[in-house]
Amino acid sequence: MKRVVITGAGTVNALGHNVADTLEAMREGRCGIGPLEFQDVDRLAIRIGGQVRGFEAEGLYNRQQMSLYDRFTQFTLAAAKEAIAQSGLIFSGTLSAKSGVVLGTAGGGVSTWDANYRSVYEEGKNRVHPFVVPKLMNNAAASHVSMEYNLKGPSFTVSTACASSNHAMAQAFQMVRSGMAPAMVTGGSESMLCFGGVKAWEGLRVMSRDACRPFSANRNGMVQGEGAGIFVFEEMEHARKRGAEILCEVAGFAMSSDASDIVMPSKNGAARAMAGALADAQVNAGEVGYINAHGTGTAANDKTECAAVADVFGQHADKLMISSTKSMHGHLIGGTGAVELLACIMALRDGVIAPTIGYEEPDPECALDVVPNEARDASVDVVLSNAFAFGGMNAVLALRKFA
Amino acid sequence: MSVKDKVIAIIAEQAVLEPSDVTMDSTLESLGIDSLGLVESIFAIEEEFDISVPFNANDPSESDFDISTVASIVAGIEKLMAEQKDTV
Repeated sequence: MKRVVITGAGTVNALGHNVADTLEAMREGRCGIGPLEFQDVDRLAIRIGGQVRGFEAEGLYNRQQMSLYDRFTQFTLAAAKEAIAQSGLIFSGTLSAKSGVVLGTAGGGVSTWDANYRSVYEEGKNRVHPFVVPKLMNNAAASHVSMEYNLKGPSFTVSTACASSNHAMAQAFQMVRSGMAPAMVTGGSESMLCFGGVKAWEGLRVMSRDACRPFSANRNGMVQGEGAGIFVFEEMEHARKRGAEILCEVAGFAMSSDASDIVMPSKNGAARAMAGALADAQVNAGEVGYINAHGTGTAANDKTECAAVADVFGQHADKLMISSTKSMHGHLIGGTGAVELLACIMALRDGVIAPTIGYEEPDPECALDVVPNEARDASVDVVLSNAFAFGGMNAVLALRKFA
Repeated sequence: MSVKDKVIAIIAEQAVLEPSDVTMDSTLESLGIDSLGLVESIFAIEEEFDISVPFNANDPSESDFDISTVASIVAGIEKLMAEQKDTV
């Protein structure tokens, strides 16, 4: 089996339009959540979110591209540009033929659905733009990345709600580890912050009206975000030979299915995914210094996740750090694991643990070191990134410091 | 603007050209408009003139709408406008 490293990272999210700005915001514990701004927001009960601001897509893409790029594709392409530029890879010849792109998204072109339903239902129009379908389809972002960078190997989109990105990156990891692909572009994106996208979530009554406070006793729900995180996963020797800068190693992963409830999380399913990732990476529980939690800020997730961590790690659960950066960038749904992987890279490479901000009151059911409110300097060798989706589908990645 | 000028403006925008570069005997192919660009042009024409163009992208030659040149498109639109005026 090959070893897999990350040689490029890119992002657009509420904390920044690139990796450097995003990590700086995480180090400072800055909150990217604020009042939502879009048509009909006054008809929503939930009016806050981690909205990407000041992202001027018109300047980045031409008219023809704009007619084909939903906002989730725009975010993806901007993040992919940053990641692939950092990697230094140029895809041609065999590298092009064997390398592909696997991305996660839960909703795909939600704002394209929303705008066109508005047009035909509310405005009564009987004609829509011819590119509605190629713009909204869930694989549009992956397809445009493949076209832009000449990626002709295995390429597709994974959709498992809040675990989409982690499942996508797990697929990419497997392909590189098995020797099937020398490099894979992977990650995910989401853009649901439009009237219909937020209204749908509102219906579940799990959304907070004021803040995302994971693990805090007074937490009152999740807050949506939007954006993309894109990475270049590369076979270690391939990266070494060309002298690429290696951000960290992807050491293992595991997936599990709760097979129990369509929305309620399961301690057992989460624990099996974390334990599976440790086994796959061949690391002991005691080596894990940090977990980037799923940490949605709902009553159910946070206590279940903490109980699962206690089950898997035993006494070591009290020594490791666990934080939820959703408190800062919101829950990017299908793109969330990708943006959260940045916090894992920062922990391994820079020795900085991103905090859980908005933390106000300890909860005995979440009695772990959640790195409250302020980032912490700490040297860690192995980290986990958790994603536990609606539908009971879980995916956990294990990453290791590259030395 | 006349029908001709409006059609030329739509096609020029699609081809990323100046309207002065588009003549009545230009073909869409010679202007570099591909199949997606053609479908988008038909959409723009329907929106502009409030008509329904009988165009099927599966087989453009079978459609009852001649897209061989700018002149044939203008003539087709004028015919459709006259036909569909009464039905609106």
